[in-house]
Amino acid sequence: MGVKVYGATMSTCTARVLLCLEEMGAEYELVPIDFSTGEHKQPAHLARNPFGQVPAFEDGALILYESRAIARYILRKYKSSGGDLLKEGSLEESAMVDLWLEVESQQFNPAIGPIFYQIFIFPRFGNVPDQAVIDTNLEKLCKVLDVYEARLSKTKYLAGDFFSLADLSHVPLLHYFMATPHASVVNSRPHVKAWWEGVSSRPACKKVTAAMPASA
Amino acid sequence: MGVKVYGPPTFTSTARVIAALEEMGADYEVVPIDFAAGEHKHPAHLARNPFGQVPAFEDGDLMLFESRAIARYVARKHKSSGPDLLREGNLQESAMVDLWLEVESQQYNPIISSIVYECLISPIYGGVPDRKLIDANVEKLGKLLDLYEDRLSKTKFLAGDFFSLADLNHMPYSQYFMATPHASLFESRPHVKAWWEDLSSRPAVRKTTAGMPKSG
Repeated sequence: MGVKVYGATMSTCTARVLLCLEEMGAEYELVPIDFSTGEHKQPAHLARNPFGQVPAFEDGALILYESRAIARYILRKYKSSGGDLLKEGSLEESAMVDLWLEVESQQFNPAIGPIFYQIFIFPRFGNVPDQAVIDTNLEKLCKVLDVYEARLSKTKYLAGDFFSLADLSHVPLLHYFMATPHASVVNSRPHVKAWWEGVSSRPACKKVTAAMPASA
Repeated sequence: MGVKVYGPPTFTSTARVIAALEEMGADYEVVPIDFAAGEHKHPAHLARNPFGQVPAFEDGDLMLFESRAIARYVARKHKSSGPDLLREGNLQESAMVDLWLEVESQQYNPIISSIVYECLISPIYGGVPDRKLIDANVEKLGKLLDLYEDRLSKTKFLAGDFFSLADLNHMPYSQYFMATPHASLFESRPHVKAWWEDLSSRPAVRKTTAGMPKSG
């Protein structure tokens, strides 16, 4: 029996989990959660994810939430058939994967997240994007991307010369960001640009992002 | 040869790494970084941590940053001689450790770090606590701790009935939080209170908090 992902294809955190499943060639079922009816805050979903967020994940009796934790579980479970994106067998390689996963989580996400929110989510509630928020966070994001540019001028991927979850974890928000006029901050950094082109053209990434319409 | 931790032991992020080293019984040396002198932005430190933050970590040729990644590395490296804080040999247990590590990182940390900053850190530099922000975060923290109370009424520790890195990573900001006027948020929730008393009285934690002054 395959696993179940509760969420929405356009949700960046749900996409993070789907990307892992696709990379591993694992069977799964996506169970849509309807935000417009408040389904995410109803008891059935709160029982899966007490924060009322998506995704939630079910593998038999195991229920998980927090996309970055679910991602690790999937990659660990399917490693022997799908490939090693965590490198837990190597102390040094896994340390680099974990380091760049934390950079995504603690440096990249806090800068790019608010930009994504202002451009893609805020307008759905009839609001006008706050340019000051966008500008402040673009400045932060540029400093973060300078660090990425320096790194990617030394290694092919973030954790080293091997593709890993650290690269994959960036895909959902970058996919949307690259559809905005601010994509220039990536495209003006040659190594970041090349890295993004390589990662986003992976079959698993193309498949998942095809269901994430990026017209703002 | 032991490892080196670069950073002030009073900083929560440095303390997170020290706590992991202490739990694993590892040899280490703390190399102080003088923030007042701007040492964290000097080239020597930027070479260790390109974000100009602390801690940085050195184990032979391996240089790491991001405290949560370093803590994982420490837990993995010393697993055969210390406690198993990650449970990577067990799919279900490691999933629960990762889930609660992400809850600390994505849900707990943003709220509690803001309260600690406003109440304890900002005043040191002559700042006036932002009451509105504190109140909003205290309310959020209350709701979050209700989830923790519910969880800890079912399991002894966060990931299950075993102590893990998920519990330990909560320690640094919680330690300072308990010195703010809002400690009652923990004390009024019996399971959270018991969990904190247990965590904070661990020998490794006592040793770490000895380097963390009560008033921040």
